[in-house]
Amino acid sequence: MVKIKTADELNKKFLREGMWPTIFCNGCGHGVVLEYTFWALEELGLDMDKVIFSSGIGCSSRLPGYINADGLHTTHGRAIAFATGIKAADPDFNVIVFTGDGDCAGIGGNHFIHAARRNIDMTVIMINNFIYGMTGGQLAPTAPLGSIATTAPYGNIEHPFDICNLACALGANYVARWGVSHPYQPIKSIKEGIQKKGFSLLEFLAPCPTAYGRRNKLGDIKKHWEWYDNNTILKEDLEKIMKYGSEQEKEQVKDKIPLGVFQDIQKPGFFEAYEQLVDRLKEKESKSIGGK
Amino acid sequence: MKYIRDPKRIREVLGKKVQFILGDIACVYGGLLAGVSFFGGYPITPASEVAEGMARRLPRVGGVYIQMEDEIGSIAAVIGAAWGGAKSMTATSGPGFSLMMENYGFAVMTETPCVIVNVQRTGPSTGQPTLGAQGDMMQVRWGTHGDLEALAFAPSTVQECMDFTIEAFNLSEKYRNPACVMTDGEVGHLRERVVIPDEENLKIIDRRPATIDKKDFIPFTNSQTIKNCKVPDFPTFGTGYRTYVTGLTHNEKGFPATDKQPDHERLVRRITEKISDDADKLVMVEEMNLDDADIAFVTYGATARPAESAMEMARKNGMKVGLLRLKLVWPFPNKLITKLAKQVDKIIVPEMNLGQIVHPVTEFACKHCEVVSAPKIGGEMHLPMELYKYLEGK
Amino acid sequence: MKKDIRICGFGGQGVILAGFIIGKAASVFENYHAVQSQSYGPEARGGAARSEVIISDEKIGYPRPVGVDCLVAMSQESFDTYRDDIRDDAVIIVDPDLVKKHEIGRKLYKVHALKIAEELGNKIVTNIVMVGAFTSIYGLLKPEAVKESVIDSVPKRFTELNVKAFERGLEAGKNALKEL
Repeated sequence: MVKIKTADELNKKFLREGMWPTIFCNGCGHGVVLEYTFWALEELGLDMDKVIFSSGIGCSSRLPGYINADGLHTTHGRAIAFATGIKAADPDFNVIVFTGDGDCAGIGGNHFIHAARRNIDMTVIMINNFIYGMTGGQLAPTAPLGSIATTAPYGNIEHPFDICNLACALGANYVARWGVSHPYQPIKSIKEGIQKKGFSLLEFLAPCPTAYGRRNKLGDIKKHWEWYDNNTILKEDLEKIMKYGSEQEKEQVKDKIPLGVFQDIQKPGFFEAYEQLVDRLKEKESKSIGGK
Repeated sequence: MKYIRDPKRIREVLGKKVQFILGDIACVYGGLLAGVSFFGGYPITPASEVAEGMARRLPRVGGVYIQMEDEIGSIAAVIGAAWGGAKSMTATSGPGFSLMMENYGFAVMTETPCVIVNVQRTGPSTGQPTLGAQGDMMQVRWGTHGDLEALAFAPSTVQECMDFTIEAFNLSEKYRNPACVMTDGEVGHLRERVVIPDEENLKIIDRRPATIDKKDFIPFTNSQTIKNCKVPDFPTFGTGYRTYVTGLTHNEKGFPATDKQPDHERLVRRITEKISDDADKLVMVEEMNLDDADIAFVTYGATARPAESAMEMARKNGMKVGLLRLKLVWPFPNKLITKLAKQVDKIIVPEMNLGQIVHPVTEFACKHCEVVSAPKIGGEMHLPMELYKYLEGK
Repeated sequence: MKKDIRICGFGGQGVILAGFIIGKAASVFENYHAVQSQSYGPEARGGAARSEVIISDEKIGYPRPVGVDCLVAMSQESFDTYRDDIRDDAVIIVDPDLVKKHEIGRKLYKVHALKIAEELGNKIVTNIVMVGAFTSIYGLLKPEAVKESVIDSVPKRFTELNVKAFERGLEAGKNALKEL
């Protein structure tokens, strides 16, 4: 295998011909998540014939279209349920779901909850831009308190959904959140998520200058991207400060969004458990035949 | 642990060749015989026995059963599994069928073979959960948005629950369209004798796989391996064709073409014509005493049973009554109805709803004869005597 | 020939299984046509439950009974609720210990099914005793066919108990015939 060294080589290998240009706006974070995923796949050296993508509706859900692989671009919120069936059909598949905050945490919330609870072997990459970008900037379930959307013109009064926290509570095997301006940790995390049996959630905080940044007065693209650096903090740093820091330091970080790996466990995945069940039935049957 | 259909194993799991079983369980048997390897379900009366039957047997034939979080998830997983190479099915009743409408349309648009068993109960809404009805016969045809052709069977007996589930898989695989078995709470919860067919008497159709060179493959166009066939070859996920499948209007390559009228028209005409072109070949009916009939019942599903009883009473009394039973309700047998309407004076359409299939019957009777709706709702079948009164014109 | 048979009792007593065994005996172990349908309330246990079997030598159209040719009752409530539509010449079989108020001015066959089942050590087989009694009293089906159907329908580990129950029922039915 020729070792890929540049992003250009990477794109040549992984991008689907004929789908360009993308639908993404200038300053959008989605392309970055796509590149991180490519790097992770490249480093893992997976057979791309067996990596299957599923997605729902929204900007993030368009990503499988740009990848030279099998992809199922489904209905709004349902990608994870479709992915469950894909994986059930062939245990050799690596199933990756691209979804957004509206798709996954809003309309698809129930499918997300139950796939995580069942610990279905899949990697869900949820790109959170705090807004329904594709349809013009309506309120998302992850939108920060007070933020402006076309359907929250006077400011959002609902509490935002912390989807990582939810995934941890459901016992997902791997849960992480990252931004899109520092590549190494997220690429490592995507690799870990894909390798992990059972359910993995990777949340990416991604800027949407067009629908979110503009409306929320976050400035130009550069400033909008800087907002993420200024308003996030590594989970470990946050924990240290909240434990040992001064009141002033705590005040400074308490509203920042933590980044990092929140859960990394080894509970048996659904299909491992299912195979055990099948073996148990076989054993029982062979015993009852032997006993006759 | 990839599923391989093993006819011997399937029969071991099903048990004796002749059995006395529920209509719902017969649907399970039909699915297993057809080679179903994935079932995504959600409990709902009066269809839960299908899920229960699958949960008990699928792991023993090498398939996967998952109880999903709702019916939306069930049909979604079923479609996903189909793209992964499985024959897959789900079963539900009216409220669940309503939830499935979204992804039923997705299956049509993406040309995904799969089977939905709908054990109909009364509605609207929650209705009478344990009681049968035929209120979803138009929903299966027109219930999802946009243009489509439906494939919908209506079994009248427990044996047909099994046979039509197998046939539903066959048509679904052949045309790459979802197919529905529109049974009901009456037949679903009835026990009757079924005979499990031997393997050599069983006709099983599998989707035609994509086989041509990957660089020449076009996923959403006429078949590239057989001539004049509007059903594309199936590029099972994982076989290297790297297909993009979307519910958006797409061009022949599968790429979104949401702002292009010709692409939409070409796509939707092809996915409907692949079935409507064959409508005459697809006619599946049972004709009883029609040769000399001047009154005919046109009926389907459970309702055909009291209609047959009423016909027999009438024949004993010297009335020339016949019966046309639609086994496959959609595509609708247009020409047959027109021919019948030319022959008889009156067509009576008994249904366990306030009049659904009577509409296409009226349309294709073309005013050649009188068409009378004979509705019955509330979870009870027509009594033979009630239908007999229609024959007397009362 | 077309016969409508109704077995009724309270939920949990196994009336559905009893109907199932009779229907199966007729259509799988003999060459009749048979359908079995059932109705029960929303409660899983208790309440009045019934199981209807139609046995015919011709194809069965309308699958619900339009009258009753043979009524088997195993509880007072179900006996009171489900006998309005029985035919004038209908055969009625009751367990007099379970249907205490059974004097309705008609001849009926009395089978102490519960008592027999208790003698066998498990009242769970009351329904199977009744199936046996039905077989000899009604005389429509061959005892061998019904016995095979019983064996085919109960869990393997309970075969012996159920066969005993069936045979005791068969005998009790014969005695009831003599008594009347």
